[in-house]
Amino acid sequence: MADIGHSDVLRLPYDVVVIGAGGSGLRAAIEARLAGKRTAVISKSLFGKAHTVMAEGGCAAAMGNMNPNDNWMVHFRDTMRGGKFLNNPRMAELHAKEAPERVWELEAWGALFDRTKDGKISQRNFGGHEYPRLAHLGDRTGLEIIRTLQQKVVALQQEDAVSHGDPEALIKVYAETTITRLISDGEGRIAGAFGYIRETGEFVLFQAPTVILATGGIGKTFKVSSNSWEYTGDGHALALLAGAKLINMEFVQFHPTHMVWPISVRGLLVTESVRGDGGVLRNSEGRRYMFDYVPDVFRAQYAETEEEADRWYADPDHNRRPPELLPRDEVARANNAEVKAGRGSPHGGVFLDIASRLPAEEILRRLPSMYHQFKELADVDITKEPMEVGPAQHYVMGGVEVDPDTGESAVPGLFAAGEVSGGMHGSNRLGGNSLSDLLVFGRRAGLGAVEYLNRLGPKQPVPDEGAVEAAQTEAQAPLQRTGGENPYAVHDAVQETMSSLVGIIRTEAEIRRAMAELDKLGERAANVAAAGGSAYNPGWHMALDMRNIMLMARCVAAAALERQESRGGHTRDDHPGMSPAWRRVILACSLEGDTVAITRQDTPQMRADLLALFDKSELKKYLTEEELASIPAPAPAATAAASATATATEETH
Amino acid sequence: MAYQAALRVWRGDHGQGDLTPYTVEVNEGEVVLDVLHRLQASQANDLAIRWNCKAGKCGSCSMEINGRPRLACMTRMSTFAEDEVLTITPLRTFPVIRDLVTDVSFNYAKARQIPSFTPDPSVGLGEFRMQQVDVQRSQEFRKCIECYLCQNVCHVIRDHPENERPFAGPRFLMRIAELEMHPADTADRRDIAQDDFGLGYCNITKCCTEVCPEHIKITDNALIPMKERVAGRKYDPVVWLGSKISRRPRSAGTPKVPGKQT
Repeated sequence: MADIGHSDVLRLPYDVVVIGAGGSGLRAAIEARLAGKRTAVISKSLFGKAHTVMAEGGCAAAMGNMNPNDNWMVHFRDTMRGGKFLNNPRMAELHAKEAPERVWELEAWGALFDRTKDGKISQRNFGGHEYPRLAHLGDRTGLEIIRTLQQKVVALQQEDAVSHGDPEALIKVYAETTITRLISDGEGRIAGAFGYIRETGEFVLFQAPTVILATGGIGKTFKVSSNSWEYTGDGHALALLAGAKLINMEFVQFHPTHMVWPISVRGLLVTESVRGDGGVLRNSEGRRYMFDYVPDVFRAQYAETEEEADRWYADPDHNRRPPELLPRDEVARANNAEVKAGRGSPHGGVFLDIASRLPAEEILRRLPSMYHQFKELADVDITKEPMEVGPAQHYVMGGVEVDPDTGESAVPGLFAAGEVSGGMHGSNRLGGNSLSDLLVFGRRAGLGAVEYLNRLGPKQPVPDEGAVEAAQTEAQAPLQRTGGENPYAVHDAVQETMSSLVGIIRTEAEIRRAMAELDKLGERAANVAAAGGSAYNPGWHMALDMRNIMLMARCVAAAALERQESRGGHTRDDHPGMSPAWRRVILACSLEGDTVAITRQDTPQMRADLLALFDKSELKKYLTEEELASIPAPAPAATAAASATATATEETH
Repeated sequence: MAYQAALRVWRGDHGQGDLTPYTVEVNEGEVVLDVLHRLQASQANDLAIRWNCKAGKCGSCSMEINGRPRLACMTRMSTFAEDEVLTITPLRTFPVIRDLVTDVSFNYAKARQIPSFTPDPSVGLGEFRMQQVDVQRSQEFRKCIECYLCQNVCHVIRDHPENERPFAGPRFLMRIAELEMHPADTADRRDIAQDDFGLGYCNITKCCTEVCPEHIKITDNALIPMKERVAGRKYDPVVWLGSKISRRPRSAGTPKVPGKQT
């Protein structure tokens, strides 16, 4: 049993504390350090192991290396369509405009992306992207990005060793450290972050006026997920507990292709690049069924016959895209429907075939990790036979509501970037838009924190000591409880409930059942106990993570119950249509006492110049009559720009 | 079909500990990490294991299984007989923190000593032009997931802590090779590879290559070519004579080793 007095808290002063050492956290920290701020990076795992390593396909950026028609406006349109027009348009705009520079910057820091024939960065096709747009390195792009950022941090530390005599003078990574509470100054401003160091169990208070959340997602709320153990919604929960709001929590991405067999690897990601590079989905009857699932909003952009779809790979300017490259939500629902209709594969998935589409050596060159993964874990040779795949939880579109330009939340001094923030992806994220999101908004959050610090002046926030003490008591509780619940068993029950009742297809009755279950599980979660001491004790960590997992489950369920339509990563069997009226509504979760409260907000309006990038006939599919009527007639210049970019789209029809 | 496997798992900390016997259920298709997780969830909540992605991509769950360094997430139970007792121990080269978790900070310290990527500062954003054939060599080394199995198995430092100061280990000698072969890097790391990072200690037994879960040909493609480059630079009599005449002890592009006391 831990016996640490309240005074035994290690106190470390910083300007900026970045919680999370994945793509967005490291990019934010680099920006803060470049501005000369003392920066701490808190990593739940070892440095360089964050979930970003699992991103495979690529990083979307309209560099136009493969097709000169690509530009930020086309990328912006694709992103809005992918998110079914619920995206924060300012975020989608910034993202599309700044992604190319962020990718080029990585190259200047040593990243080695695959190349085109003329020596530029190669770009690959992906679902929902009009042109080949994803910078990539085979099928391990996330690893390349995190390693580059990690090595950039090291390069900065080497500079600091020379100029300050200490490599960690300005930027230090606290590996295997977990934050359990944000601490305010009593006036509601951020004053620090409280947590523990895994190796020793020692408690630590990072005293800082700014905290950047970069903690990723909530995948461990679900049973079948491609996410790693770290994805327990820590940043989401910390923000909620600190008084910030989470938006869009009903939108959970179920990526359509994961391994389904053997059971132990169920949920292991099969990259979308397989389809981008020509792979097709088939059911047990051998039918290429995606042609049956093209929704009306996308009908004009996708091929109707296999012949046309196959011609597209070589001649994208005169043929429409194969329906296997629809946005993820559409493909996931289709895969789910085929299995439910009894046309699934032997282990409850569908078939993904690349073997008959590309020569074996091409598959090995383009998809080495996939080959390796199937060969070693399932004895399947993907150059000879199809893969069995099915949907699994992959990403959460919902997150902390932030200012698009600075990443600042409603809590002064609290910022968020990457998966933990909400708005950028609307109701569904396009593949490839995550790695670019991390870089664009990681940097912006870093800059936002720097500007906040520069504005702050002499009145530095002082941590509320009562809150520090309460955080310590809370963290010690599972170690001091005897005869409590096994945290692993409670976690398992929450995952089971969420996967079966608030998963890919939802109904009011099932969500209500889930909420009743969660009420019971909440009592059990509050009573979890950890045997052993505080040094490197996973049982204790699991017990502490349960608070966050429970909060996430409740937010997702409450928002899913409220939204009575189907859109992107939220499919209601009892409300199957997409409703223009609901498009105007954003659901926000906040904490009132211990209860998750849902409030309705207006969806941010798109500026006229951005609206003008779309054809009115397309806007009709998403907007209400009232909204359409209020769109000003476009100025002649805007019309020309819109039709010029629209032509690029039209030509592929 | 499910069966009960006999395990002996090293438990302990601060240098004290021993192998603890357990019996754990194993189901079809499972890997060692699944079985350790089941053990943790059902019998030993506080069993310390380091893991992350469970997909062979992050390199966290390195341990020794029946004495062989492996990733627990990529080691299938079907590679062992059902009646075989599995002995699971922490990496031997690094100090144990608790149970199967070791202190791998040695590797982070070495990483920080290697002079970083040094591009030509006049190349603007988006202006790098490199051919696929030229980036491919370094790309192979950038597949490294930093599991440190190569560092753990290398006999130069395994059971020889006295070599930890002069020798960077296969992972970081490969990092030097990666930068040397990077088409846009301008620094010359040949001298320091030999003098500061102990390339000469490697006698190409290829143990590192054998345990690499990413199947990187560390010895053949990184270390041997690096040795050849060093030999060409340091031991070629013509180059040697040239360096004496010009009185330049090191190539102009040789960077200073960060943190080196001189």
